Amino acid sequence: MAMHGMRGLSVFISDIRNCQNKEQERLRVDKELGNVRTRFKNEKGLTPYEKKKYVWKMLYIYMLGYDVDFGHMEAVSLISAPKYPEKQVGYIVTSCLLNENHDFLRVAINSVRNDIIGRNETFQCLALTMVGNIGGREFAESLAPDVQKLLLSSSCRPLVRKKAALCLLRLFRKNPDVVNVDGWADRMAQLLDERDLGVLTSSMSLLVALVSNNHEAYWTCLPKCVKILERLARNQDVPQEYTYYGIPSPWLQVKTMRALQYFPSIEDPNTRRTLFEVLQRILMGTDVVKNVNKNNASHAVLFEALALVMHLDAEKEMMSQCVALLGKFVAVREPNIRYLGLENMTRMLMVTDVQEVIKRHQVQIIASLKDPDISIRRRALDLLYGMCDVTNAKDIVEELLQYLSSADFAMREELSLKAAILAEKFAPDLSWYVDVILQLIDKAGDFISDDIWFRVVQFVINNDDLQPYAAAKVKEYLHKPAVHETMVKVSAYILGEYSHLLARRPGCSPKEIFSILHEKLPTVSTTTIPILLSAYAKILMHTQPPDQELQNQIWAIFTKYESCIDAEIQQRAVEYFALSRKGAALMDILAEMPKFPERQSSLIKKAEDAEVDTAEQSAIKLRAQQQTSNALVVTDQRPANGAPPPVPVGQLSLVKVPSMITTEDNGTLSKVDPQPPSADLLGDLLGPLAIEGPPGATVPSEHNAVSGLEGAAEAVDGSAIVPVEVETNTVKPIGNIAERFHALCLKDSGVLYEDPYIQIGIKAEWRAHHGRLVLFLGNKNTAPLISVQALILPPGHLKMELSLVPETIPPRAQVQCPLEVVNLRPSRDVAVLDYSYKFGANMVNVKLRLPATLNKFLQPIPVSAEEFFPQWRSLSGPPLKLQEVVRGVRPMPLSEMANLLNSFRLMISPGLDPNPNNLVVCTTFYSENTHAILCLVRIETDPADRTQLRMTLASGDPTLTFELKEFIKEQLVSIPMVPRAPAAAPPAPPAAQLTPQIPANDPAALLAGLL
Amino acid sequence: MGIRFILMVNKQGQTRLAQYYEWLTLEERRALEGEIVRKCLARTEQQCSFVEHRNYKIVYRRYASLFFLVGVDNDENELAILEFIHLLVETMDRHFGNVCELDIMFHLEKAHFMLEEMVMNGSVVETSKANILTPIQLMDKAS
Repeated sequence: MAMHGMRGLSVFISDIRNCQNKEQERLRVDKELGNVRTRFKNEKGLTPYEKKKYVWKMLYIYMLGYDVDFGHMEAVSLISAPKYPEKQVGYIVTSCLLNENHDFLRVAINSVRNDIIGRNETFQCLALTMVGNIGGREFAESLAPDVQKLLLSSSCRPLVRKKAALCLLRLFRKNPDVVNVDGWADRMAQLLDERDLGVLTSSMSLLVALVSNNHEAYWTCLPKCVKILERLARNQDVPQEYTYYGIPSPWLQVKTMRALQYFPSIEDPNTRRTLFEVLQRILMGTDVVKNVNKNNASHAVLFEALALVMHLDAEKEMMSQCVALLGKFVAVREPNIRYLGLENMTRMLMVTDVQEVIKRHQVQIIASLKDPDISIRRRALDLLYGMCDVTNAKDIVEELLQYLSSADFAMREELSLKAAILAEKFAPDLSWYVDVILQLIDKAGDFISDDIWFRVVQFVINNDDLQPYAAAKVKEYLHKPAVHETMVKVSAYILGEYSHLLARRPGCSPKEIFSILHEKLPTVSTTTIPILLSAYAKILMHTQPPDQELQNQIWAIFTKYESCIDAEIQQRAVEYFALSRKGAALMDILAEMPKFPERQSSLIKKAEDAEVDTAEQSAIKLRAQQQTSNALVVTDQRPANGAPPPVPVGQLSLVKVPSMITTEDNGTLSKVDPQPPSADLLGDLLGPLAIEGPPGATVPSEHNAVSGLEGAAEAVDGSAIVPVEVETNTVKPIGNIAERFHALCLKDSGVLYEDPYIQIGIKAEWRAHHGRLVLFLGNKNTAPLISVQALILPPGHLKMELSLVPETIPPRAQVQCPLEVVNLRPSRDVAVLDYSYKFGANMVNVKLRLPATLNKFLQPIPVSAEEFFPQWRSLSGPPLKLQEVVRGVRPMPLSEMANLLNSFRLMISPGLDPNPNNLVVCTTFYSENTHAILCLVRIETDPADRTQLRMTLASGDPTLTFELKEFIKEQLVSIPMVPRAPAAAPPAPPAAQLTPQIPANDPAALLAGLL
Repeated sequence: MGIRFILMVNKQGQTRLAQYYEWLTLEERRALEGEIVRKCLARTEQQCSFVEHRNYKIVYRRYASLFFLVGVDNDENELAILEFIHLLVETMDRHFGNVCELDIMFHLEKAHFMLEEMVMNGSVVETSKANILTPIQLMDKAS
């Protein structure tokens, strides 16, 4: 035996085996590494056999988990050894030790190629296997043709071809271009005619990779796959060697059915019928047998068949057979089958019409949730989560809650998140939802993320009926001996806001509520103390008539924390103390929290974002499409302290006002809002802050003097305290839109629009009547902008084509959208970009003028007197030559006017007019209809009155003459009249916009007027 | 769909064979092997043969003192892999005659040769025991 020669290796392995502990092992390994290193150093003396022995030792040491940072070259060099045993070691050890990017591999590429194209089959196999395992891009580029040749060669034996197939698969994955689809599709189909099952097994893997990439190209392979499956299922012409416990190669059957799942459908009725016959046989003919191996193998085929049936969306009858089978599986004791039953049933949720049948198995599934095996519990949890809807939410969530107490730590976070989401999505009533969340916090407080308790607070605030109930409930929990800190947070928040609603109940006087809360203060961390302080301030305010004793108690606490090292606590203490001494003024500032605007649950969003396996993901999606319980659609109540603000025309962003909901039939939100629930990043950002921000953390500016602190974050915090008008969060542009537009009329690149979320830049190139603009849409945030839409409203004279604008702009990304412009004829009209996007709850819609103005199609041209005058004279009188006295001109020195005209590409030709107060201008205008037309302009100014001038224009096109005259007039007369002061307001955070009214001089209003 | 690695580990948690089909650094391998060995070896006979770990699954089977652990993608057919392990063991049995941990330890290169004939690039190449063993038998004859 080969091993006989490698005594040294056996001795070493024995030594390692005899080591008593890790330390001894390390010493022995170090010794061996030293030995091998020295031997490799004077390589000359090494025989191929010795080299082989040492290389195996290296592999062994590496397998034990020790770093082997030398000897790689020796391993690689064995590849080019002439004899099989050395070569084999070289190939195998190289593919274990090196990765595809290793430099040494490049050295070997020639030897490898020689082996592949050589005549020696065994060498070919070794080389193909190594390339198949670790070949990189370089291998793909230099070896793909050779490998393809081997795979297709009729003279090659199956043992080489099967390796070539998988080698090609590797090369294809490294560089898909190496397989030319056009030529390869037919060859792939031919390969499937192969009789040898070894070659078929590996070719099928290649096919799976190819069709997953491009199923259309390989449609001819589909009937062949069905044929192979039929051959196997009927056990025709399957050699004994490929039959496993009586089952014709279960692995090839599975692979073939997998390949079929990549074709979206089967059109040919014959193929479809044959396939369904085969599948029917598998579904009905798979029995449970005693022999474990046979049982497993036949069920491997059965589960793959189930997946294929689901994929093909078979007839109802067959589907119900599948569900029935799965129903049987989820109830069996054998753990593997039960696990797979649960897993596949979760996948089945994606198929329509089977929900009700699956629900019948709820009891068994819940039983699996209590299985001792965590693998099974996880599958059961996923399935329960997927199958939950309004009808069974109560049962399922209660099971999850019960299980939570005994669940292992590894699962608690997932479990509580899922329970919270289901409770929210499918709550039959809101008080139940509150119960569930409080139980979750109570049982698994450590695993409850802030999102969960923020959400329950939002619901309580938005639902008046819920407030006394929630307040009473949290108070009960506070009486428990050990209360989780999260529970203290929720309780403090809710009791601060609503405990006065309980005042008449026994044990609920302000004093008693205060003392229950205050008991917890010594046990909590600094993040909770501010919430407690807010609650105290609110309780104090609600105490009517004032209770002197309580006031002294609370004031003492505020005074104590006035010098707290934590800035948040200190600020709150100082401010509440000062505020609470103001008496009546306190009422406004510490008023009840305004309702939250309805937004998508951050929890659900999180669950959707989270990395979940595809089956689960689809299940979530499926759920999301279904109608959710009405209970959680926040009933909209317009706050009493403010009528909805008038929405001025031209307001930049009309945020959806929730009041629209009530006018509908109080159905689901999706009915009202045609847009799918959106990622609500800003909402999430503000959400927590809004909840945590105590009333009074943001004090209106006149109170700032009290705190003496300029809270930078107050603007954001403000959403919690400012009057309700804020619900219409307007997104204000940064800078003046009109000014930006005018600047861009003169230059070719710059910023067209900017607001807190997006910046739209523009870069333009103009050539004759063609223009190419590139819009740069830059997302300024760390969250994506979604529902991005850009529409060009071109005037009649411009042909514009905007390339596709992506629907989503990733965080901090910039998207470039080229826009092709063709000018058809002269006109002063401007194109408008109608742009909208969604950020959080804000739908922003902006209409922007695009600087594709008349002057962009002008080309200045120097004209000599000899050229000018004949032209000027030949164009006599209207409509080709027009004259007008213009009044109300912005007074400016002549040189400034010359510069202005020059910047519009109207070239001043000095010396043509003897009067120094006159300007003569020449330019060429380009459009598709008119081609190049020379335009001549003469402007006569009056040095005594700079506000008026006489302008004469001439060109070969009457429209052009008129339009250009009007254009120049506009530039000289109508100066952008935007007052600077208000427009230059600093870019305020969006949520802090306290004034919903858009001033009359707002650029947006102006723009709207202009449009 | 694919096999990411095949491990053979004894019940003390010592690795007897490791073959990876995706590149991991030594540290990653050590960490991975540690984690899954801890997870799988603690399981009882009554529990199922599948363990979810990170973003893939371990399909495993125990033969006397030796555990065969195969890491696969999430969408792999678990039972097919489970029986593939058995096919590997039967193939080794045919060659060694009632294979045991020591055979694999002291004939690591042969175990590698067999595996190499059966799996390539994470896909099953050959399931006929005769075909798998032909090259090894040729070698034995030659030496």
